Amino acid sequence: MMTQGMSLIVKNTAKLVTGFIAVFGIYIAMTGHLSPGGGFAGGVILAAAAVLVILAFGRRGAKGLITDAQCHAWDGAGALAFAVVALCGYFSGQFFVNFIPRGKVHDLASGGMIPLANLAILVKVGAGLAGAFLALAAFRRLGMGKVA
Amino acid sequence: MGVELFIVALIGFMLLAALIAVEARDLLSSVICVGAAGFALSVIDLLVGAPDLAITQVVVEVVALVLLIRMVVTRSDTSVTAPRDALRTGLVLLAGGVILAAAFFAVGGVQRAGTMPPFGEPVLAHAKGDKVPPGVSQQYLGDPDELDKVSAGTRTADDPNGLGAAYETGTANAVMAILLDYRAYDTLGEATIIFVSILGAYVILRPKGRIGPEEGLLGRKGSA
Repeated sequence: MMTQGMSLIVKNTAKLVTGFIAVFGIYIAMTGHLSPGGGFAGGVILAAAAVLVILAFGRRGAKGLITDAQCHAWDGAGALAFAVVALCGYFSGQFFVNFIPRGKVHDLASGGMIPLANLAILVKVGAGLAGAFLALAAFRRLGMGKVA
Repeated sequence: MGVELFIVALIGFMLLAALIAVEARDLLSSVICVGAAGFALSVIDLLVGAPDLAITQVVVEVVALVLLIRMVVTRSDTSVTAPRDALRTGLVLLAGGVILAAAFFAVGGVQRAGTMPPFGEPVLAHAKGDKVPPGVSQQYLGDPDELDKVSAGTRTADDPNGLGAAYETGTANAVMAILLDYRAYDTLGEATIIFVSILGAYVILRPKGRIGPEEGLLGRKGSA
């Protein structure tokens, strides 16, 4: 339990890099309506940052940052947010109608509800995949009966 | 032509990687070969002009590869002891390859009017010059005549009907406009599938069994 995770070099590199990876994932999702990318790709990049932390610091070591309960909660919150964005279409009559003014093309605030839906998918996919990785990391201890 | 040759070479590489992944005795080698095939697929996506798909493919590939290697390396015994029937595996792969080749020539090899554009040529390439094929792609990408009217100044974009995704949704990336506006129901279904499958993974792989509230499978002293 003293030496959780990988070596000091890996831990320090992970500390340096994780933030940039997470920011890049959020950027990919936020500019999904302007350039290639989108909520799903951004979410997976965000999950990759979480996976890096979990691998470098071990399951216990990452507990301060990423826990099962948090992943479950954010997964559900993202799904709910996407459904809420869809339901907000009723403001202009129908389910999934783009209810926000479409704005100027190539602006960050364009495309109406599309950036909002992208952000919801970002949260959902990121938390969901990170949670799935945590669940699979726990599987190891069940199978081998040794320490993680 | 050069791009098509490159794509064919990449498909050959993918077939080789898949073959090795099936035949390798070592699970780790299999996982790495699957990853190689996935990365080649993302390069192909990029070459045929699908950067959205390429980004998603490469990112999912990285995470899936890390996860699979993690799972495989943890197991003490990664070798497969039972011999494999090479002839049967080869025949199945050959049949799959023939089907894929047939689909390839049906879609891109044989040119026919009114079918899909040539292989490797995105629909967007038709937007200027040639007319966009009629139907949904004209709705998504805009009627070229109407778009010319807007750029010539004889039509305002206040009523975006027939002007395509950029004017109808204000989205520069037409792929995202289709995914989250025109075909948002599809995306909702896809998100539901991910949600339910991850929920299933949580339930199946949860660290505590239903033995008792305090002592799950992990908590039992005798299990170690």
